[in-house]
Amino acid sequence: MRHKSVIYDTIIENTFLVIGLVCLFFLFLIMFFLFREGIPIFKTVGVFDFILGDSWYPTSEVPRFGVFPLIVASIAVTLLASVIAVPFSLAIAIYLSELARPTVREVVKPTIEIIASIPSVIIGFFGMVVVAPLLQEHFDIDTGLNLFNAAVMLAFMAIPTIASISEDAISSVPVSLKEASYALGANRWQTIFHIIVPAALSGIWTAIILGISRVIGETMVVLMVAGGAAVLPGSIFSPVRPLTSNIAAEMAEAPVGGEHYHALFAIGIILFIITFCFNIVADYLSNKYKFKEN
Amino acid sequence: MKASAAVIEKIMFALIRVSSFVIIAFLVFMIGYIIKSGASAIDLGFFTEMPRNEMTQGGILPAILGTFYLMVGSSIIAIPIGIVTAIYLTEYAKSPRIVKVIRLGINNLAGVPSVVFGLFGLSLFVVFLGFGTSILAGSLTLGVLNLPVIIRSTEEALLVVPGTYREASLSLGATRWQTIYKIILPNALPGILTGVMLSLGRAAGETAPIMFTAAAYYTPELPTSIFNEIMALPYHIYVMATAGTHIQATRHLQYGTAIVLIALVLALNMTGLILRYRFRKRLKG
Repeated sequence: MRHKSVIYDTIIENTFLVIGLVCLFFLFLIMFFLFREGIPIFKTVGVFDFILGDSWYPTSEVPRFGVFPLIVASIAVTLLASVIAVPFSLAIAIYLSELARPTVREVVKPTIEIIASIPSVIIGFFGMVVVAPLLQEHFDIDTGLNLFNAAVMLAFMAIPTIASISEDAISSVPVSLKEASYALGANRWQTIFHIIVPAALSGIWTAIILGISRVIGETMVVLMVAGGAAVLPGSIFSPVRPLTSNIAAEMAEAPVGGEHYHALFAIGIILFIITFCFNIVADYLSNKYKFKEN
Repeated sequence: MKASAAVIEKIMFALIRVSSFVIIAFLVFMIGYIIKSGASAIDLGFFTEMPRNEMTQGGILPAILGTFYLMVGSSIIAIPIGIVTAIYLTEYAKSPRIVKVIRLGINNLAGVPSVVFGLFGLSLFVVFLGFGTSILAGSLTLGVLNLPVIIRSTEEALLVVPGTYREASLSLGATRWQTIYKIILPNALPGILTGVMLSLGRAAGETAPIMFTAAAYYTPELPTSIFNEIMALPYHIYVMATAGTHIQATRHLQYGTAIVLIALVLALNMTGLILRYRFRKRLKG
């Protein structure tokens, strides 16, 4: 009887192991299908011409598949969004972990978490119908749908991610460091700035990298707000067309199995590789410098 | 010197408070503005009627149903696989190597951009397996997307169950599976439900993964099989706001749909967060 249940237990363990490998299997399938559908474009266009080519005319008589303007757009939007998001996120993280009274914290923390759960299409919609007209009027520009608007909306989306991981990092700094700093006569700000934040820096970097990785991969906001022009941006108020929005905007018109279809999958490969690298780095950072709890 | 340090501290703390307040104010303004602009569109008919006159009038019933089907469909895929994976990782796995590899897979799956999931779903489910643009293809795509959400919440829930429960059960002669099934899972249930709620919210709100795999601009009839394409709330907002000839005329309907989607997603997420909060409190106490 007992013997039977032990065998039963072993069977379950092995079945669960197989199911546990399903995630890996799907990750492998994603890579396999991206490459299967994306590689064929490189028969028509060389890898370097694809990445560094400066014109994207996928449907013209002689199609051109150069994604450089799209890559630049993705980088520009991401950088600007990070520049906006990081200071706000750190402020929130410090506020929650060091300044806020417990009762205030109980309200503010979930409120920030709510931002993370708002669907991106809603944020894109708001940027499009509310923020864009405001920008257009205020700055006297041709269109409010541009790089700057997209970066602001993306920054808003990234803030909860960066803030909450940074807060965890800041909260896990040992109290003894803080006490030592106070004992030496430092005030609270000096302690935060010179002791706590540097001690939590690796966690904060992990937070920023994960935030950036989310911003690069975000689709709906840039699709609706960035303006959609596949040319190199001249200013922060230029309309741009990042990689993600390009896939979303054109896939419906690209005939399955055609050059355009393959080119869009090749853009998917680029996105996959970029976010994959960011995640590996974040993973590495968060494992390497964890404070050992004792 | 001392005085200036105190002044700097005051200024920095003020900046920190103001920055935090600005972000919350922006959130409140955004949701408030959408509610104010869309409230007029919402009545009972908005939930129960089909769209009429090229979607310039009538309700959003097909989009609500479509989103509901996608939520159910993706859960059928993600919940069992996700929970089993989490149980394996926390309760069974002995080799740290295997755990590391599986975890690497989960983390990277979580980091894949949603539009890339769309490409994956299009090439595998829609084209290669021949499901077409359909509820089935969309549910499978969203199911894979949601796996990491379920796994992480379930893992967290299982880890919070005290080790003494396991030891007590094992020492009474129970096998590991008996311990998991009778002791650990019941105790972790609220935490697991948190993950389920979060994943349902995500399935309801994601647009990019369903654009090429499930969603249609307009369907004259409600779906009758899992191979039908469907309308869905987030995609409906997107196409109404960006395509077609009545973008301005249907603005209030767009806001109305946005309210429905926000309400749905926030309700699911808040239920999840409250469950998690209570669960943590109970096991601590």
